[in-house]
Amino acid sequence: MVDMTSSAPAAETAPPRKASLPYLGKAGDFALAMIVPGLLLLLWYVATTQRWTRLIPTPAETAEYMVDFAFGGIYDDAFSATLHIHLLASMSRVYGGFLLAAAVALPLGLLIGRIPLARKTLDPFFQLMRPIPVTAWLPLSMILFGLGAKSAFSLVFLGAFYPILLNTIFGVKNVDPKLFEAASMLGCRGNAQFFRVVLPAALPSIFTGLRLGLGLAWFVIVVGEMTGVPQGLGAVIMDGRTLSRTELVICGMIVIGIVGYLSDRIVMMIGNHLLRWSPTHHG
Amino acid sequence: MAETDTLSAPLPIIDIKNVSKTFWLGEQKIEALSGANLQIRKGEFICLIGASGCGKSTLLRIMAGFEQPTSGEALMWGKPITEPGPSRGMVFQDYALFPWLTVRNNIAFGPKSQGRSTGEVKEICDRFIEMVGLQKFANAYPHQLSGGMRQRVAIARVLANDAELVLMDEPFGALDAMTRERLQDELLDIWERTKLTVVFVTHAIEEAIFLADRVVVMSPGPGRIDSDNHLTLPRPRDVASPEFNEIRRDLSGRLHSHHAKKAA
Repeated sequence: MVDMTSSAPAAETAPPRKASLPYLGKAGDFALAMIVPGLLLLLWYVATTQRWTRLIPTPAETAEYMVDFAFGGIYDDAFSATLHIHLLASMSRVYGGFLLAAAVALPLGLLIGRIPLARKTLDPFFQLMRPIPVTAWLPLSMILFGLGAKSAFSLVFLGAFYPILLNTIFGVKNVDPKLFEAASMLGCRGNAQFFRVVLPAALPSIFTGLRLGLGLAWFVIVVGEMTGVPQGLGAVIMDGRTLSRTELVICGMIVIGIVGYLSDRIVMMIGNHLLRWSPTHHG
Repeated sequence: MAETDTLSAPLPIIDIKNVSKTFWLGEQKIEALSGANLQIRKGEFICLIGASGCGKSTLLRIMAGFEQPTSGEALMWGKPITEPGPSRGMVFQDYALFPWLTVRNNIAFGPKSQGRSTGEVKEICDRFIEMVGLQKFANAYPHQLSGGMRQRVAIARVLANDAELVLMDEPFGALDAMTRERLQDELLDIWERTKLTVVFVTHAIEEAIFLADRVVVMSPGPGRIDSDNHLTLPRPRDVASPEFNEIRRDLSGRLHSHHAKKAA
């Protein structure tokens, strides 16, 4: 019998590494992670300062513009010091659409996964609708919800809906049947099993769905905000395009990247805490 | 723990009366169990042994209430077993612990389902965590434990639920030899202290002889009970003794005779 507890908490903070790779600590990990972005930045710098292209601003110009976009005081144009307004507008749509998608997809997924009648009625419909890309809904959502925020919101909803629904169904359907037997011989039968067995057992899948859903919500927001909304990071990117202000486009892209990344990390941290019991669920 | 019968002829805790079970595998009908009769008295340690397909697991699952007999009757204290329940605890070969619960909460699952108070649940958990020697691991999750420890939790989980009959389906089959021997000792120790009734399925003859009061030999095609052997060897049993080996040879002969018959 091996003493496992001493190694187990360590396994949670530091995933097993290949023995051949010397471990340099958190700073080393950071340095490794920075190699590719650093090279890309270098390429960008060289390409723009050597005039390989005249259409893209240099990193320094972009950085300067980013400061102006965030705090103003440099160019003082229509976009100066407006970052927070656009960011807030996009975030409210992303999280609003995502939460609404979760609120609908979770119960629906549990229902379809658990009740055969619901599965037979609803599953074919969703399977049929699923291959339609979210972007293909754009014209229709503009007709249904008009030009503006509602349309963006509905696209985010659709984008987040399917990953959450499908992963919830998968999780609920794939509970180890032994666990139901174990629960019933311990005196937990029928509907009581739903909260004490089905839900916790499906949690890893549900979480994967939520994470994918939120990622897609950030993905879809740019398309959603192309529909003539005045504010939002997608709107900034579209405006940048029509005004030929490439630095604005790049700034919008960088902000979406960073915010999307941070939002995913937060979800991951919550997931790692809730799923600390699961050996396969650590990111 | 149980309502003991005070009559002169005590009721058996388990009475299997002419039980048959057939499954359909597509078009093919499979007789998992055919006309099995078995009476188990309170406090007995019974091993069911036989080759795969002899119906030993099916019989166990019928006692647990996971399966219903196709014909015949399975009774506990004279009443038909219709569904799984806390009085009959199952220990599975692959543990079937709830991975999202700590050792303590796995053990608490049954008492909580019975609606016990928080104080009672804590007291029960403490008692059985100690009984299986997992005090240091009370707050660990199953994936952090070794196979032997997991099976200890599974046993404690069943005992904490006041099960009077413990059904074990090849519980030590996936463990290494040393862990297996240690758990066998511990199981016997718990059995002697708690006066439980144990039905233990195994395919290892030695394990059966080491543990059981009665070794029930089953044979396949169709699954049936072949012989019921009362062992009177004193405990603790020495696996190297001539008596032990004599029983092993005898049971081994019974187990293999129908293989020969089938082959012929």
